Amino acid sequence: MTQVETDKLNELNAFMEQAVQNEHSDSYLIAVLHKVQQLYGYLPREVMDTVADKMQIPTAHIWGVATFYHYFNLSPIGKHTVSVCLGTACYVKGAEKVLDTVKKELKITVGQTTEDRLFTLQEARCLGACGIAPVMMIDDKIYGELDAKKTVDIINQYRKAEKQNAEKQS
Amino acid sequence: MADLRKDNNVKEVHYKLTLCDGPTCIHNQSKQLHQVLDAEIKNRGVQNVSIHLSGCLGMCKKGPILIVNPGYTMYGNVKAADIPEIVQSHLVEGKPVARLTIIEDHLYNRFFRIFGDVDFFGKQMRITLRNCGIIDPENIDDYLSVRGYEALAKVLTNMKPQDVIAEVKKSGLRGRGGAGFPTGLKWEFTAKAVNGDKYVICNADEGDPGAFMDRGTIEGDPHTVLEGMIIGGYAIGAKKGIVYIRAEYPLAIKRLEKAMDAARQCGFLGKNILGTDFSFDIEIRLGAGAFVCGEETALIHSIEGSRGMPRPRPPFPAVSGLFGKPTLINNVETWANIPVVILDGGDWFSSIGTETSKGTKVFALAGKVRNTGMVEVPMGTTLREIVYDIGGGIPNGKKLKAIQTGGPSGGCLPEQYLDTQIDYESLAKAGSIMGSGGMIVIDEDSCMVGLAKFFIEFTQDESCGKCTPCREGTKRMLEILTRITRGEGRPGDIEKLERLGGMIKKSSLCGLGQSAPNPVLSTIKNFRAEYEEHIHQKKCRAGQCAAMLSYTIGERCVGCGACKRVCPAGAIEGARKEKHVIDAAKCIRCGQCFDVCKFNAVSKA
Repeated sequence: MTQVETDKLNELNAFMEQAVQNEHSDSYLIAVLHKVQQLYGYLPREVMDTVADKMQIPTAHIWGVATFYHYFNLSPIGKHTVSVCLGTACYVKGAEKVLDTVKKELKITVGQTTEDRLFTLQEARCLGACGIAPVMMIDDKIYGELDAKKTVDIINQYRKAEKQNAEKQS
Repeated sequence: MADLRKDNNVKEVHYKLTLCDGPTCIHNQSKQLHQVLDAEIKNRGVQNVSIHLSGCLGMCKKGPILIVNPGYTMYGNVKAADIPEIVQSHLVEGKPVARLTIIEDHLYNRFFRIFGDVDFFGKQMRITLRNCGIIDPENIDDYLSVRGYEALAKVLTNMKPQDVIAEVKKSGLRGRGGAGFPTGLKWEFTAKAVNGDKYVICNADEGDPGAFMDRGTIEGDPHTVLEGMIIGGYAIGAKKGIVYIRAEYPLAIKRLEKAMDAARQCGFLGKNILGTDFSFDIEIRLGAGAFVCGEETALIHSIEGSRGMPRPRPPFPAVSGLFGKPTLINNVETWANIPVVILDGGDWFSSIGTETSKGTKVFALAGKVRNTGMVEVPMGTTLREIVYDIGGGIPNGKKLKAIQTGGPSGGCLPEQYLDTQIDYESLAKAGSIMGSGGMIVIDEDSCMVGLAKFFIEFTQDESCGKCTPCREGTKRMLEILTRITRGEGRPGDIEKLERLGGMIKKSSLCGLGQSAPNPVLSTIKNFRAEYEEHIHQKKCRAGQCAAMLSYTIGERCVGCGACKRVCPAGAIEGARKEKHVIDAAKCIRCGQCFDVCKFNAVSKA
């Protein structure tokens, strides 16, 4: 296990130890899963076993919960998560076109990750930014009033930044 | 609180003070006030201030009147004893003395005049959003300066729990989450339940697509929500509160956490609040992206760490809720109204609105309307006033087709319902619902069948799967709607949708299923002709259902070749600088040629 992984596990364990001490400790399961996803980007199977052990909650129950909520990813995701909003306001203002553009540009469908592991595409239910619909969110940043061209430009910005990053490192 | 104010750097402003010098004010010693004011300013060495005298303002009952600009702050019945406070707080520290301003009796609309004559604000009345956009949400001192936590202090020192409940009942406030259950009654039920601990929950799981009022309220004024919850806790006898909020709202979560820390430090939250023996604390729990968790029993299951599935009621959460204990659940907007109900009084609150619906409602106005955003109007305002007077009408010269309220649980109201007054009953009578406050304006470019399909797709996906009518019924409805939008609709489909929808409404377990067919049923009721065109003539008048479109290139074509290059199906032929032609057999109706043409030569029909 690398140092980074040990650190992650330690942080998770500390979080769970705190949770177990609370009254109704079972009820903190979703909070723990949020923590796992924050650390790992998704919910890895072996980490779930650790959670089951520490929290004293059956793995089956944990998976029941993890699969019920859209927010949790069950497989590894790319470096950037692109969430195209498909809320009503965005729908009325052409969100499907934005989604089609992203799909075509990244050559993946919703729920998939690009081969270079740079982007994962998700659909969002409503990002609450209806005033500037249609919108998409890349990681925590919201991009509004999109059309096909603007969408492609934004994705290219991320690609460019990644390329520059790689060049800097090499 | 003095040390809290340290971090406020107010830049030096030139203040222009206007003192009314009309006969009544002179009678009320405005001359003497002038001297005191002048002396006080000199005494404190305040620079950049000029004092002017004005003729009679006409508001003689409130005289003497002192107006401070910039900001149009108007002080009424000013007495010499008030002058030191006004000079110190307003002119030195930059904080108007809310207590002495003319509308000091009301919390609502206090700062409204600073918005001036902008149409967008003209018809609004802000109770929930009274501080949004005005105060710094991350600074508790700002909230205190607008009489923040004063309602809590009043409740803890002067009111018994049953008085608080009586006041809320008197206000006529109803649940702003959508169903409109009388808030006071809910409080009373929970207060009466006896079974050990009790809980207070704030439902901030705003899942309706197209709704963002709760996010706006928490981000703009988190303390008012906390204050409402603490008062609720006192009224029903709870020690613990939980805010259940969507994980998709990181900024709202951050501001809420910050507000809770500040409130704890100031003694508004935690042990022995304001030195009394009442203790109450609040915890945040994150949702994880499940629309059904907005339903109260599902929300409780989610807080308990399980799959968020609803259960039959009764028992209602007021009797057996979180961890089996009596639980009071209200929506963000409902909580934000509580401090106003307490300070301005239930009588005043119930004077606003209609016979059955009191107060105001916040709407998230979005879609094809010029001014999108959050608006708050008194109950009884018409849809027309919201869309045209506040929203500024439909952009690009398009025609209004429908207004959608209530999100996936609501309905679409066509133009003839524009004069419907907004209240729980009128909207229901018109065939929609109040809902939590999403309001989407739809113009002629949207296909109503497509919109109905969009909503059913949503509820289908969000159906938790516990009860059959919702799980299977919405799926069958989606299949039929998909068929219709693909141009494969059959005679009898509309009737089938109506039958199925009625059945799902009657037999589903929770609110999600019981309201899921509404968008379909209301579009069938109001836009039946569009469904019939899709089924019988294979025509979509909005030009949205791709399968029913055909693209042609007209005379404007200059033969630039842009469409030919972009066509993924190779369906466009034509030599350079000559008119191009689309082969309908090859065309996959993706619309890229239409988008790319700079000469408007491609038309769709």
